[in-house]
Amino acid sequence: MDIRAGLSSGSKRAAARLITMIENGDPEAIEIIKENYHKTGKARIIGITGPPGAGKSTVTDKLAKLVRKQGKKAAIIAVDPTSPFSGGAILGDRIRMSDLNTDEGVFIRSMGTRGALGGLSKSVHGAIKVMDIFGYDYIFVETVGVGQSEIDIVKIADTVLMVMVPGLGDDIQAIKAGIMEIGDVFAVNKSDREGAEKTATEIEVMLDLNGMTEYRPPVKNIIAKDNKGVEELWEAIEGHYEYMVSSGNFNKRREKAIETEVLEIFKQNLLDKVMRLQKNTEYLSGLIIKVFKKQMDPYTAALELANILNKEEGK
Amino acid sequence: MNRPIRVLVAKPGLDGHDRGAKVVARAMRDAGMEVIYTGLRQTPEQIVEAAIQEDVDCVSMSILSGAHNHLFPKVVKLLREKGGEDILVVGGGVIPEEDIPGLKEAGIAEIFTPGTPTGVTIDFITKNIKRN
Amino acid sequence: MYNKEKLDAQKAERENWEKNKIAKTLAKRPERKAEFTSTSGFEVKRLYAPEDIADLDYNEDLSYPGEFPYTRGVQPTMYRGKLWTMRQYAGFATAEESNKRYKYLLEQGQTGLSVAFDLPTQIGYDSDHPLSEGEVGKVGVAIDSLKDMEILFDGIPLDKVSTSMTINAPASVLLAMYIAVAEKQGVTPDKLSGTIQNDILKEYIARGTYIFPTEPSMRLITNIFEYCAKHVPKWNTISISGYHIREAGSTAVQEVAFTLADGIAYVEAAIKAGLDVDEFAPRLSFFFNAHNDLLEEVAKFRAARRLWAKIMKERFNAKDPKSLMLRFHTQTGGSTLTAQQPDNNIVRVAIQTLAAVLGGTQSLHTNSRDEALALPTEDSVRIALRTQQIVAYESGVADTIDPLAGSYYVESMTNEIEKRAAEYIAKIDELGGAPKAIERGFIQQEIQDSAYKYQKEVEKGERIVVGMNKFQIEESAPKGLLRVDPVVGEMQKEKLKALRAERNNNKVEESLAALRKAAEGDENLMPYILTAVKEYATLGEICGVLREVFGEYQQSVIL
Repeated sequence: MDIRAGLSSGSKRAAARLITMIENGDPEAIEIIKENYHKTGKARIIGITGPPGAGKSTVTDKLAKLVRKQGKKAAIIAVDPTSPFSGGAILGDRIRMSDLNTDEGVFIRSMGTRGALGGLSKSVHGAIKVMDIFGYDYIFVETVGVGQSEIDIVKIADTVLMVMVPGLGDDIQAIKAGIMEIGDVFAVNKSDREGAEKTATEIEVMLDLNGMTEYRPPVKNIIAKDNKGVEELWEAIEGHYEYMVSSGNFNKRREKAIETEVLEIFKQNLLDKVMRLQKNTEYLSGLIIKVFKKQMDPYTAALELANILNKEEGK
Repeated sequence: MNRPIRVLVAKPGLDGHDRGAKVVARAMRDAGMEVIYTGLRQTPEQIVEAAIQEDVDCVSMSILSGAHNHLFPKVVKLLREKGGEDILVVGGGVIPEEDIPGLKEAGIAEIFTPGTPTGVTIDFITKNIKRN
Repeated sequence: MYNKEKLDAQKAERENWEKNKIAKTLAKRPERKAEFTSTSGFEVKRLYAPEDIADLDYNEDLSYPGEFPYTRGVQPTMYRGKLWTMRQYAGFATAEESNKRYKYLLEQGQTGLSVAFDLPTQIGYDSDHPLSEGEVGKVGVAIDSLKDMEILFDGIPLDKVSTSMTINAPASVLLAMYIAVAEKQGVTPDKLSGTIQNDILKEYIARGTYIFPTEPSMRLITNIFEYCAKHVPKWNTISISGYHIREAGSTAVQEVAFTLADGIAYVEAAIKAGLDVDEFAPRLSFFFNAHNDLLEEVAKFRAARRLWAKIMKERFNAKDPKSLMLRFHTQTGGSTLTAQQPDNNIVRVAIQTLAAVLGGTQSLHTNSRDEALALPTEDSVRIALRTQQIVAYESGVADTIDPLAGSYYVESMTNEIEKRAAEYIAKIDELGGAPKAIERGFIQQEIQDSAYKYQKEVEKGERIVVGMNKFQIEESAPKGLLRVDPVVGEMQKEKLKALRAERNNNKVEESLAALRKAAEGDENLMPYILTAVKEYATLGEICGVLREVFGEYQQSVIL
């Protein structure tokens, strides 16, 4: 398949294939991204996170529809957990976005975490770039919703929407302040359920504790499946964007995201290089055995491993 | 091959019986595949669009309502039109033996009738996908 | 139930037997399995004895047929008075074809009709709707308007024959059509007897032919309860179903639990809509599966009766004894039948028939041997009917009531199933009732887990399915299966064109407009639907209006 040709014609098939290539670490994919990197940066990236069962997919579906109403194109990346045992995954978020399936201006891609410890693999970064290059105006990244992925999404998205749902009870307290901090906008979904008031209040209290002065994340009550409150939610998301731009933070945040990404790539490259270099001699295995036998400590072993690079340079 | 095989499990048409589709999807996941499940009431257009965007290796459809002769070939036809001719297409459900040759001619690689162990289906897909 | 002394003596003897005889025998020959479990997952012991039912109180726990808690049956004389209704589910292709099959079955001794509709009809689409492509007439008869309904029942006296219609989301429309056809035959609604399935919750759970979201669906259901209580008093307004839940892979315990939980939700909805429980509860009916484990199934039916009676009495304070009686139709388990060696299915169905009859069912459908392959041929369906007749007339089990009562094993299992089902119901109550539990995917997840577990057991060979994973043979494709001619789709489209030309389209518009207005308010919709139906508004047109007002159900899938 000629991806480059597909790129100029905006072919969804080409975009999809390019994402696959990135997921599989195909170096050709990186070349294509390099050639087109100057085209990125126009898309607004919205992260959608929150606990399982909150209705993230339904919210994403409704927001994407709003985007379409405005005549803009929407891309959705839905991430689901890969089983650590089998390496497989069931990616079921598309089900809640059935109508969007055949909308020309929408692209939906489901991705497994594929063992990424952070819950968001670097493939997601890659997929976002592809969507950007292919001209999607808004890119929604829907995360798994547990633990680390919430933290990761901040490093990628321009705006993070946190979707909460009543009835989690003590879980609100359990969703520690650290996690709550990352939300730029909060939605209490299924707000017709008992406890919605309480949930909204608890979020407000936590926001009070965080003592933000410049920008106070809005908390919106919605019922996504009935499309209630979704327009107000979108206004809140746009509101965050406007604040970020007028305060100069938009660019700062993006620069931080780039810094994170560059360092990640650097780390990965370095690690790959070291692993490649030591492969024939199985140097790493040898070090591990030494550490296991207490003939060496882990810190020294790590230094020794790094020495491979020096040796290589020294050649 | 060390990357997961991506499979679209789809329920075309109005048939609402999804026990088989869900059991197969789960077995595929346990076998290390990434399974995109479409849910019920999918038109051929929706199935093909999803297959293209997800860049799947295989589309596997489950149908128990007897509408397979109409819907399965339609999916194959649309896939070919949209550049998805290298995607393996298989099906299962209540499909009489005598319909199978016709379906294969229309481009369905294999039909898995009631009682087929999930391992057989998974094996077939693994061995017959066209990309590596 | 037992004298304590004698009981202790029995226990002591048993221990003795286990320590000596059993221990010796096991040493020589271990049992076939390390553990024997029922399909619901609980232990099946080597032997049951009085100690296992020591606390059973005959009058309280069993009582007599027709007496609370109805464990032994809902009618005082049961099959000695009247055999269960032999009601074969049938329908395919056109109304003309199906009419022929109904007449054949009635001739062959069937005692009630059961109508199968095609998927477009079940989902409220006319045969010319784009989504109906390829589906018309395939799994049942295509009914687009009253005209088709008139053909379907042509020559069948609706005051003499009771009809069960497997229709859910658009049940109100099909019921209206049935009433209209009867009127044309000169039969007033108060003489009509039959059932509509009308159980939307199980559609969301396991069957998939939903149209509208939960609230408006419940409204339609309670509208029907109310309307029939006044105008069609002999009609069973709902068939709260466990059959499909079991087919989706649930265990016997889950089948009872989730069905009764759905039942509770319907009763609550009707009460909330202002009806008195004794007004509608006598006409609630149920629909269960009959699976292979004969004794577990019998226990299941008895447990369901006892549990429902208690629920209606204690939870809803129903006073009319008819409100406490769980009356049910049974269908033998389709998913137990194999595509391999299809004649074996006749044997399976015979066992399942025994289960249903020994369990006290009010009516029964037996599957045909070609179940896993296609809709039944005339020959296959006749054998299925003969199976019921042989059990009824030759096996003797219908000559005395609840013959397995008192069996240490069956009573033990009845208790166990009741207990576990009650636990599930309590859990569902915690979640806020069946509709909320469905929203959260709790019920669906439980069923899927059971289904997956079963599949794994079969694939590992831990569970034997004869002819499929053991005792296989080389087989050639079976011949002579029923096929529905695809031309049926075209025929229906032609009929629709003709209908639209000959009816009074102004009156149709008017009736649809009136329906829309009523749907936006909160009146009972049955009269409006009846009016529209009589003007020959199509099913698709009527459901189309309701779709616009109510919206469509969004599937929430948990895998």
